[in-house]
Amino acid sequence: MPSLHNDVSDGRAILRADNQDGSVQGSAAPGGPAHGGSPTGLGGSQGRLGRFTGLDARPVNLDGVSHEDHDAGLVAFASANDPEPSVEIDGEGRVVQLDGVQADKFDLIDAYIAAHGIDAAVAIEANGLPEAEFARLVVDPATPREEVVRLARGATPAKLACVVALLRPVELQMAVAKMRVRRTPAIQAHVTNVLDDPLLLAADAATAVAFGFRELETTVPVLGDAPSNALALLIGSQVGAAGALTQCSIEEALELELGLRGLTTYAETVSLYGTEQVFVDGDDTPWSKAFLCSAYASRGLKMRVTSGGGAEALMGAAEGKSMCHLESRCVALARAMGAQGVQNGGIDGASVVGSVPGGMRELLAENLLVMLRDLESCSGNDSLVSESDMRRTAHTVPLFLAGSDFLFSGFGSIVRYDNMFGPSNFNGEDLDDYLLLQRDWGVDGGLRPVDEARMREVRERAAKAVQAVYRELGLADFGDERVEEIVLAEGSRDLSPLDPTVVLQAADAIQDRELGILDVVGALERTGFRDEAERVLAMGRARVIGDYLQTAAVFDEEMNVLSKVTDPNDYQGPGTGYEVSAARRAEMEGVRQERSRQDLLERQATHAGHVRLVERGEAVPGTDPREVCVGVSPAFGTELWLTTSGLPAGEALRQILAGLEEESCTARLVRVRASIDLGMIGLTAARLAGSGIGIGLQAKGTALIHRRDLLPLAGLELYSIAPLVTKEMYRALGTNAGRHAKGQRPVPVRNPPTEQAIEARYHAEVVAMVAVERGACRPGAPPVDLELLP
Amino acid sequence: MTCRALSGRPLSEITLEAAARGDLSPADLRIHPDTLRRQAQTAEQHGNPQLADNLRRAAELTALSDEELLAVYDALRPGRSTRADLQTVAAHLEASGAPSCAALVMEAAEVYERRVLLRSG
Repeated sequence: MPSLHNDVSDGRAILRADNQDGSVQGSAAPGGPAHGGSPTGLGGSQGRLGRFTGLDARPVNLDGVSHEDHDAGLVAFASANDPEPSVEIDGEGRVVQLDGVQADKFDLIDAYIAAHGIDAAVAIEANGLPEAEFARLVVDPATPREEVVRLARGATPAKLACVVALLRPVELQMAVAKMRVRRTPAIQAHVTNVLDDPLLLAADAATAVAFGFRELETTVPVLGDAPSNALALLIGSQVGAAGALTQCSIEEALELELGLRGLTTYAETVSLYGTEQVFVDGDDTPWSKAFLCSAYASRGLKMRVTSGGGAEALMGAAEGKSMCHLESRCVALARAMGAQGVQNGGIDGASVVGSVPGGMRELLAENLLVMLRDLESCSGNDSLVSESDMRRTAHTVPLFLAGSDFLFSGFGSIVRYDNMFGPSNFNGEDLDDYLLLQRDWGVDGGLRPVDEARMREVRERAAKAVQAVYRELGLADFGDERVEEIVLAEGSRDLSPLDPTVVLQAADAIQDRELGILDVVGALERTGFRDEAERVLAMGRARVIGDYLQTAAVFDEEMNVLSKVTDPNDYQGPGTGYEVSAARRAEMEGVRQERSRQDLLERQATHAGHVRLVERGEAVPGTDPREVCVGVSPAFGTELWLTTSGLPAGEALRQILAGLEEESCTARLVRVRASIDLGMIGLTAARLAGSGIGIGLQAKGTALIHRRDLLPLAGLELYSIAPLVTKEMYRALGTNAGRHAKGQRPVPVRNPPTEQAIEARYHAEVVAMVAVERGACRPGAPPVDLELLP
Repeated sequence: MTCRALSGRPLSEITLEAAARGDLSPADLRIHPDTLRRQAQTAEQHGNPQLADNLRRAAELTALSDEELLAVYDALRPGRSTRADLQTVAAHLEASGAPSCAALVMEAAEVYERRVLLRSG
């Protein structure tokens, strides 16, 4: 997340206020959308249509949706005010005209890009290439990545903006898969909490690392707490595994200071903007930021810059340019400054971008712009872009499938309310969803399942390590009961109150005494946290080595550097590029919800033997006109005992028999051994029944009424949704079967209505049960009479 | 080539044991300018001359204290410096063995003047 200056949050508040009166809602009926809409009257022409009141109440209608407005910069691609791409190079190789602006009129951004960011040797070639042709080279797997990078070195900001604007969503995905810098994808986490509780920060940092996050970003609700947060995060990040990078996003000078002392291991909130006005309002220039880049590198610190569409419109100074054009300037500037990477894809302005047509496509195009400039992409998805789960997911999924250097520039690894950046697009509540998305698509999203024992272990270790270090360094004294609370807590709301001055005093002490990485290493070592001491020291050694200053560098858990230099993306079409290894695939697939057939059948055993059915020989057709035959499935009451609703199978059977008895019918029980198909079971029973009416009942609880003259799949009445069938409903089925036998026409039983994803919930178990039925099935074997023992 | 910290201590001596004995100082965990120049070379070889320039500037800045770094950064922020201030900063950088950083500051001075971002008076 960038540290946009204060005006931005004000601007955001104003935007929200605009939405409240419905003025930006395109097609809202009079009275406005969700905010103003209320049902009026009772139908007739004056009444609000129920279909609209229903839609109005949907979360998506809380989202602001803006008219495209070119002059305000509320346009994703190709504003009427965007310049035509152009470049002129003088005899000495200097850029003297850039995207329609002559050198003497260059603003700060033009000037920096012209001086440092355009490869004059390629400029004419790259800018002369028709955009559609350039765009095809970007997408085409047969064109080497390096060739595209070479051309992009000479391309002006307007040129690349026009090129990416041509790409359709799936082409953007192809381009991202090919153009991202590092082969192995990674993911970054937000780790913050409302209290700035250092023990919770450390426990959540360790939790994030256990899940597989390789960069952890924190920030503060209270600026003064920052040194404590940075220190706690550093310790927590090295519990359980080595090498996760940490940063503390705060005011630039203090952030640099903490970095210089080794309390953080990378920086990313060096913000760039696409117009001079906003840049200067942010109290910086390209030169001050370029110097900052070098300053970080001089201390061996990895650093990337932050930009992201929508920021300029949010600040009311977009100069009428499109978001993509301005972002292309930011990215060209980042490259010119020598930053190794860029965090973009909206960031704080993501919802502004999301409010205009094509906005979500623009966000993905921003990430691609970074990759085209051969820089590390830290790809946004770090602020909640919609109240709609569908919309926010749809924003992230295309990039997730394509892969990026960092898929999120802050997945909220903690719960939403503890995220001091504001909720991320995906949050702690969404971790299981994300793990399943990885599994569904076979895509490496950088995370892995964590079991409860492991999570307890790392949370406890991290909290104790910070407790020990704070005591050892005389910063604060947290009790053991606090540690226990932290281990168990989902978030800060589960904790007893914390005196806020405790953290502030600790932070002040860290500042006053200028504590740094060596103090942390020493304290960890002295208090018995040797592994953590080694790992924190290793982060210090990494600065001396400097390999992680190269583009897109990240450490794996063995402290190997994966970067453009050591792990370059070599995607060239199907069968190339990053491949999920067998071990990694197994890790991703082993989600905690996964069940074997044995697991799924476990609860069957809990009811084994509750109903006793004894075979009494081959069944022959009956003659009693009051006889209704109940046919059960092959494994009913032999291997399967429980319906999917949780009702014992014997109880379902007894209810059916009771219903038949109420109608004074004679019930006869048979087992259909030759088929597991419910229609066939019911029809077989009907053909054996003197009345010609049969009931079919599978062990999983699905049931129907059949008649001997009907086709197998065309029974009289059916309960197809077994998980929702109650005792009373089985009884009603028995009653109705009896009435059919007597020639009456009963009101049919009905499946209860449901909004549940009933199949998603039960089908895994159903498959396991059906397999058991199939195993018990004896094709060709005649049905047998059964006796129900009391 | 042995990798050394800014202090000159070889990497192999930067161990937990040394840290526990209190033998290490912050300069033992600072990157050496030669290392940064080597990294610059690597960046250049991998097609990113701008990153290489940045790392070379960084190599120069290893000679500056944290306070000096922050002071130069502040001087480069908009409206902070007169042209003469920036010339002084550049001269100081030049004298500290940071010529490319000095050049960056002078380049800024030119552009700031044209864009009216110098402090008046």
